Amino acid sequence: MRAIVTNGARAAAAWWGDHAAAQLGLLAGTVLLFAVLGANTLENMERFGIRPGFEFLHRAANFEIGESLVAYTAGDTYGRALLVGLLNTVKVAVLGCVLATALGLALGIARLSGNLLLSGIVQVYVELIRSTPLLLQLFFWSATLHALPGPRQAFQPVAGVFLCNRGVFLPALRFDPLGWDIPQLAGFNFTGGATLTPEFAALLIGLAVNAAAGIAEIVRSGVQSVPAGQWEAARALGLPRRRILRLVVLPQALRVIVPLLTSSWLSLTKNSSLAVAIGFPDLVSVINTSANQTGQALETMAILAAAYLTLSLAVSVAMNAWNRRLARRGWP
Amino acid sequence: MRSSIKGLLFAGLLGAASLGLAVPAAAGPTLDAIKARGVIKVGVGTAPGFFSPDSNGRWQGFFVDIGRALAIAVFNDPEKVQFVSASPQQRLPALQSGEFDILLSAVTQTAVRSSKLGFHFGPVVFYDGQGLLVPKKLGVNKGSELNGATVCVQTGTTGELNIADFFRQNKATFKPVVIEETAEFRKAFTSGRCDVLTQDASDLAIARTQLPSPNDYVLLPERISKEPLAPAIRYGDDQWLEIVNWVVYATIQAEEFGITQANADEFLKSDNPSIRRFLGVDPVIGEAFKLDPKVFHTIVKTLGNYGEIFERHIGKATPVGFERGYNQPWTKGGLLYSPPFR
Amino acid sequence: MSADAALAGRLAPPRHWRAWRDGLFGSPGNALITLACVVLLAWALPPLLRWAVLDAAWTGSADACRAAGGACWAFIGEKLRYILFGLYEPDRHWRPATALVLLLGFAVLAGLPRFWRPGMVPAGAAALGGAVLLLAGLPGGEPVPTDRWGGLPLTLLLAFAGMTGAFPLAVLLALGRRSGMGVVRLACVMVIEVLRGVPLIAVLYVATLLVPLMLPAGVSLDKLLRAQLAIILFVSAYMAEIVRAGLQAVPNGQYEAAKALGLGYWGTMRLVVLPQALRTVIPSLVTLGIGIFQDTTLIVVIGLFDVLNTARSSAADPQWIGFYDEAFGFAALLYLGFSVAASRYSLWLERRLTTTA
Repeated sequence: MRAIVTNGARAAAAWWGDHAAAQLGLLAGTVLLFAVLGANTLENMERFGIRPGFEFLHRAANFEIGESLVAYTAGDTYGRALLVGLLNTVKVAVLGCVLATALGLALGIARLSGNLLLSGIVQVYVELIRSTPLLLQLFFWSATLHALPGPRQAFQPVAGVFLCNRGVFLPALRFDPLGWDIPQLAGFNFTGGATLTPEFAALLIGLAVNAAAGIAEIVRSGVQSVPAGQWEAARALGLPRRRILRLVVLPQALRVIVPLLTSSWLSLTKNSSLAVAIGFPDLVSVINTSANQTGQALETMAILAAAYLTLSLAVSVAMNAWNRRLARRGWP
Repeated sequence: MRSSIKGLLFAGLLGAASLGLAVPAAAGPTLDAIKARGVIKVGVGTAPGFFSPDSNGRWQGFFVDIGRALAIAVFNDPEKVQFVSASPQQRLPALQSGEFDILLSAVTQTAVRSSKLGFHFGPVVFYDGQGLLVPKKLGVNKGSELNGATVCVQTGTTGELNIADFFRQNKATFKPVVIEETAEFRKAFTSGRCDVLTQDASDLAIARTQLPSPNDYVLLPERISKEPLAPAIRYGDDQWLEIVNWVVYATIQAEEFGITQANADEFLKSDNPSIRRFLGVDPVIGEAFKLDPKVFHTIVKTLGNYGEIFERHIGKATPVGFERGYNQPWTKGGLLYSPPFR
Repeated sequence: MSADAALAGRLAPPRHWRAWRDGLFGSPGNALITLACVVLLAWALPPLLRWAVLDAAWTGSADACRAAGGACWAFIGEKLRYILFGLYEPDRHWRPATALVLLLGFAVLAGLPRFWRPGMVPAGAAALGGAVLLLAGLPGGEPVPTDRWGGLPLTLLLAFAGMTGAFPLAVLLALGRRSGMGVVRLACVMVIEVLRGVPLIAVLYVATLLVPLMLPAGVSLDKLLRAQLAIILFVSAYMAEIVRAGLQAVPNGQYEAAKALGLGYWGTMRLVVLPQALRTVIPSLVTLGIGIFQDTTLIVVIGLFDVLNTARSSAADPQWIGFYDEAFGFAALLYLGFSVAASRYSLWLERRLTTTA
């Protein structure tokens, strides 16, 4: 018992370190600062006639949201509207990360291919993407997708897949009865099948193309970080090229790639907040409308920060776990 | 040592910058703050004809001229006004927090904004209504035929709420495409992303001029909402509100009298007692407001009457090409009506 | 075979025509790839060229432009000063122009290792302060409110002040994160992780919507200053992690040696550790700077006129309505020019630092 206490005390002392008094002062100062800011905020809110608190989440939002993973109508609450926004952010972030990684991997490999023209094109692509603001790129993709023809003149690259300015329409699997649900032109628009709206498609493409440029460079530097001697040694053992890649080079390259990939995915997730500029109803967009209609700036900003921190934390934790596994086993 | 010097220098720089840049917001009534500052701060948006910077970086537009008229009223100088750009999302919080003295960015006067959100509204300067712009080839004649349509709507506006109400009333469904950025929003429609563009009819008139072939589109005759656009100010300064009120009324009254930029000086010789009071030949009104007696004369002489301001920025001869519609003096069948200047 | 050679890291550009031939047509597969690339380029480039050059209108009015099928560069000519300097009064454009030269000039000097000496710190502060004063219309002129600052000088000011302002903060945060004092460590970790966890847009919204609410009634901070402080804070978190990586790269022996010389904590850091740590991370700092330069475009959400926003709003003038492609294309070229120059510089620096280290 006594030993535990002293151990605890020692651990606490080690945690505190030197200058305990000064640190306490710092702590108190910080608390005081936040108290003053909080008091000001409450006073100002009262002056503007806004009741602090999250009670507004239960009130009817009265605005429509263009796309949603869960059922939503204008009569639903602000709370539900925010959930819709959050799910939309998660949707674009997850799909964006998958697409960006696939594209980045392909580009990284293309960059390393011996073909000078191909690697040159990839190099120009990477440079072009990294040297212009993402916001500008999103404007470009949004304009491009909106420039597609209308539903009646939709492109049909493959039977059942339609590309038009209303979005991308894909056949979807139907379970009851089992079969394919093919999109069909009805009235103003296509019905049936799965739909990617142009806003979502523009955001998804914009984010993926942007992040892929970074990932291509990560892949390249990862593969190049494996010393040439490893190739030579493996070849001397008589291993074929594919197995050298799989057994020797990639495991070593991945140790460089995975931590960098994590930060690419995290920034893609955060960059999805630019959705507000091109009309995809992500969390920031819904938060924006809510803050504007209710005046509850403090509460909505707190929700926004909490949501992104949770998302970032989730991605970090998952990737760290994978990275540890990788470090231990050398292969995913 | 080096880093601490750098830190000190930076702190000093930042301190100096903040001293130079931090402005006390409306400490007391707004008008006192304006007079102490020597300039009126006016919140504006960005929309061709209503407010946009020209090639020289000078703000131009219908609402911008109302702001200049206010500067003439307070300072007798149309340049003593500073325009602050605010996006639809942050314009109301910014007005609340004192970033500007008056918001002239096409804000719709509503009950909630006047009560819960704490804003006073001046007289309506522009009677608008939310309209529906559709391609002619859809063959739609009224809004109730739009069941299942895709509708482009701008975020942060009452339009977002009105359109939801409208479709609910008609027991119809629609797919909203909500965009904040004005240019993006228009592009979405011109490219055919939506069947319907909904916005204040005045904005739709602008949008229509930007279409490749404007005649292929039709603005449906019905208005699904009332959109009285009015100057907004914070609670707490009645005197400032009255100046805003009467400056707007003055432009309307001048048109009713037939006083224009060109003939304002001739009217000084008028025998009509109402006109003499209005132009300050008889100084009773200016004195009552504690303003220069000739203030309304100066406003009309510098900027013109309501009709002239309208025609100059958004009228038929401009690329925006907007009809007067409701925005005619009551004597010509419109809604513009100024209380008497006496 | 050629793929292996490339994988082994031999990517030096071939000098000989034979290397070119091998690189393009070395094997049937390779030739096929080359052919596909040529087809792709042949499909994409000619329409772009037609729009941007062949069918473009270089002079004339807006109507003449609309009549031409291609790009309207006359629009850029008409709006050039507005795009570059925003709402600033035209007859005082020499002020933002000088501020621009001052900022760029300092950036170029600061980029040359031969100028890396203590004197550069006050020089940098002076350049930044000079640019701020010039933009503010001081001394000896009518003050210019920050609402009228705009265009390229504003973009560069936000990025430069963001980087320089974040620097001391970042060093403190990085040292604090490695400190033995629990509260300090905890505070630094929280600041860094919260700021890195949220998007810049959220930080900007807090600065515009929430900060005015947090100040006592009657006090307000200028909107530009709020945005600048938000950018400084945001950058400092990312920079702190870069500096921390540099600190970790300094061998423990250096700390011990400094202690053996009798140096205290601050002495050790200032004279021994930080100079080595910062030197290794300079290329990363340049990359961060390029990112921040591009991220300043987000201030459009709070109504400030950076160069992307001036380009965009230049197409909202009723006389020149709707030339968005040209406006955005021009802005893209500006950003491309600056960013490519900076990233080339970063590569050059990296090579130089590794050879002299």
